Amino acid sequence: MKLKILALLSVITMIPALYMIFLFAPTEATQGAAQRIFYIHVPLAIIGAYGSAVLLFVGCLAFLITKNLKWDRFSAVSGELGVVFTAAQLLTAIMWAKPIWGIWYAFDARGILQIVLLLIFIAYFMLRSYLPDREKRAKLCAVFGLLGMVDVPFNYLSIYFFRTQHPQPVISPGGGGLDPDMAKTFLVSTIAFAFLYAYVFVKRLTIAKVEEEVDYLTQVLLAHE
Amino acid sequence: MMKPIAAIIFKDIVIELRSKESISSMLMFGILVLVIFMFAFESSTVERAVIAPGTLWVAFSFAAILGLNRSLAMEIDNDCIQGLLLAPLGRGELYLGKVASNFAFMMIAELMMLPVFVILNNLTFNLQFLEITAIAALGTLGMAAIGTILSTISSNTRMKEVMLPILQIPLTVPVVIASVEATSQILNSDNPQISTWLSILAGFSIVYLVLSYLVFEFAVEE
Amino acid sequence: MIAPFALESDDIRKTFGHFTALGGITLKIRRGEFLALFGRNGAGKTTFLKVAATLVRHTHGKLRIEGIDIREEPEQARRHIGFLSHNTYLYRDLNPLENLQFFSRLYGIPNAAARIRLLLDRVGLNSRASDPVRAFSRGLHQRLGIARVMLHDPSLILLDEPYTGLDANAVDTLNQMLDEAAAAGKTIILTTHDLDQGLRAATRAVIIDRGKIVFDGDAKDQAIRKAYETYIRVGVSR
Repeated sequence: MKLKILALLSVITMIPALYMIFLFAPTEATQGAAQRIFYIHVPLAIIGAYGSAVLLFVGCLAFLITKNLKWDRFSAVSGELGVVFTAAQLLTAIMWAKPIWGIWYAFDARGILQIVLLLIFIAYFMLRSYLPDREKRAKLCAVFGLLGMVDVPFNYLSIYFFRTQHPQPVISPGGGGLDPDMAKTFLVSTIAFAFLYAYVFVKRLTIAKVEEEVDYLTQVLLAHE
Repeated sequence: MMKPIAAIIFKDIVIELRSKESISSMLMFGILVLVIFMFAFESSTVERAVIAPGTLWVAFSFAAILGLNRSLAMEIDNDCIQGLLLAPLGRGELYLGKVASNFAFMMIAELMMLPVFVILNNLTFNLQFLEITAIAALGTLGMAAIGTILSTISSNTRMKEVMLPILQIPLTVPVVIASVEATSQILNSDNPQISTWLSILAGFSIVYLVLSYLVFEFAVEE
Repeated sequence: MIAPFALESDDIRKTFGHFTALGGITLKIRRGEFLALFGRNGAGKTTFLKVAATLVRHTHGKLRIEGIDIREEPEQARRHIGFLSHNTYLYRDLNPLENLQFFSRLYGIPNAAARIRLLLDRVGLNSRASDPVRAFSRGLHQRLGIARVMLHDPSLILLDEPYTGLDANAVDTLNQMLDEAAAAGKTIILTTHDLDQGLRAATRAVIIDRGKIVFDGDAKDQAIRKAYETYIRVGVSR
């Protein structure tokens, strides 16, 4: 039921969002049409990348405290979506930077941080893949997830100060302040992506639960042979 | 609490003196990295002192990973870690003992790498050298703190030692950036601004020592 | 206050994911008892011993060693426990003397030097005290392992299939030491696949099958032999 509501909400917010992104929002003066990527890139970063990071932290901490395996499932999904969405927002960053500034990627503070964040998510995901035992996987990944997410503020601080000492041209959304129509588009887009993320998260969590049931039944079957 | 931790450090030192495997491999690997970088940037117009801090910390990072893997392999052999888990020693104290031991070995290897570094980069053995060593110590503490628990985690995977760099390198980015920048400031600036970097290094070490102390039992128990 | 039981296990359960290794072990072992623990491979004997030794965390239940709850005060509990497995947990690059010196420091043993000499003599390793353990045979390894276990004079001794791979001499040494320990009032739990070996000095016999206790009785009683046939030899499938 929850899933259907989220699916519906995703659709009914995404349609106006897409309309606004591609048709409603005014074309930016200096950057042209490619600037519209901004309305997709930033929500992906905030909700998909940083949001997943927060959820992973919460999931790992909750597991270590409660030792309930449902939090391990929660963490697994957060980590997986973290990889996907962080990679997606890196791709959109490239799609934004190349046509407009002619460089592949903006290696400013935020840019480098997002690369490192992707590496941490991938490391978490790889750790999960190489631990076949359920219990051990849950414990070790919870520890690594916690250590990894605590690392993010340190990464931010060190990269930020690094860039302060070695500045790079900053890529900004456009112009001075944000045009009111642009701001509206940005808001609607963020809400739409938030619902989309929530839908994908819950759906993936449901699938994870079914996967576990299948695993369990397989084990039971094999034990009886 | 101090006595068992000291016992662990002493035991690791005796084993190392006998096998001589850990420090020698860390040292050789580190020096090789420094030499490779020397050749790699030979034709470059960039000044030595500018890229030197980076090459130093690449050498330190990879030598550290080597040392951490060796240290853990010793405990896995014959399941000795179980013997440590049986002792009337808290899991957190066990962690601190291993961190101290890893830190000691890393520092010994680094102290031997540093003169080579000075020579290869035409630097001088003056006050700067001492300051660089101090930064090395602080950065190494951070690497030992996080590396000890990460090596325990990685040893449980099918990939074993190969997993450690995958886990360790992204997480030690703050340490490397801070250490490289601080070292660079000392070598290249007339008025070195290193307080921010030192705070980051200190903060990192404290946070990870405390955090790992608290969660080490989850990483090490069956 | 002296605890009446050396080991008190109350509905101890352990699950590994969906697999239940221990399905509720309730057992009270009095001081000085010598318990032989039997069971097929995978029945849960090793898991139970490891839970008692605090090497594995139980998922449910309470376990007290000499009245100390292993969850609440694990370090205190470990002072009373000696655990020997087929892996001897000894450092191969050190010699017996150094190994025992290390463990004596870990346990904070007073008069360590004298105690180490005594134990090395007792297990017959005096002549090899300065040779690296790397060169030792399985039997010598196990002897040193026994010395390590007895080092801190634990009141509860747990042995997980200690006879595996031992030659006749080593078996004799082990039996002698166990007899001495039993005479000194220590509580001993031993797992083994060999019925006769297990019952040799035992006062009580327990069979674990699929994570549950299916037999608990006097070691001298013939009932144990019948139960052994039922649960271990023939194999009951339900």
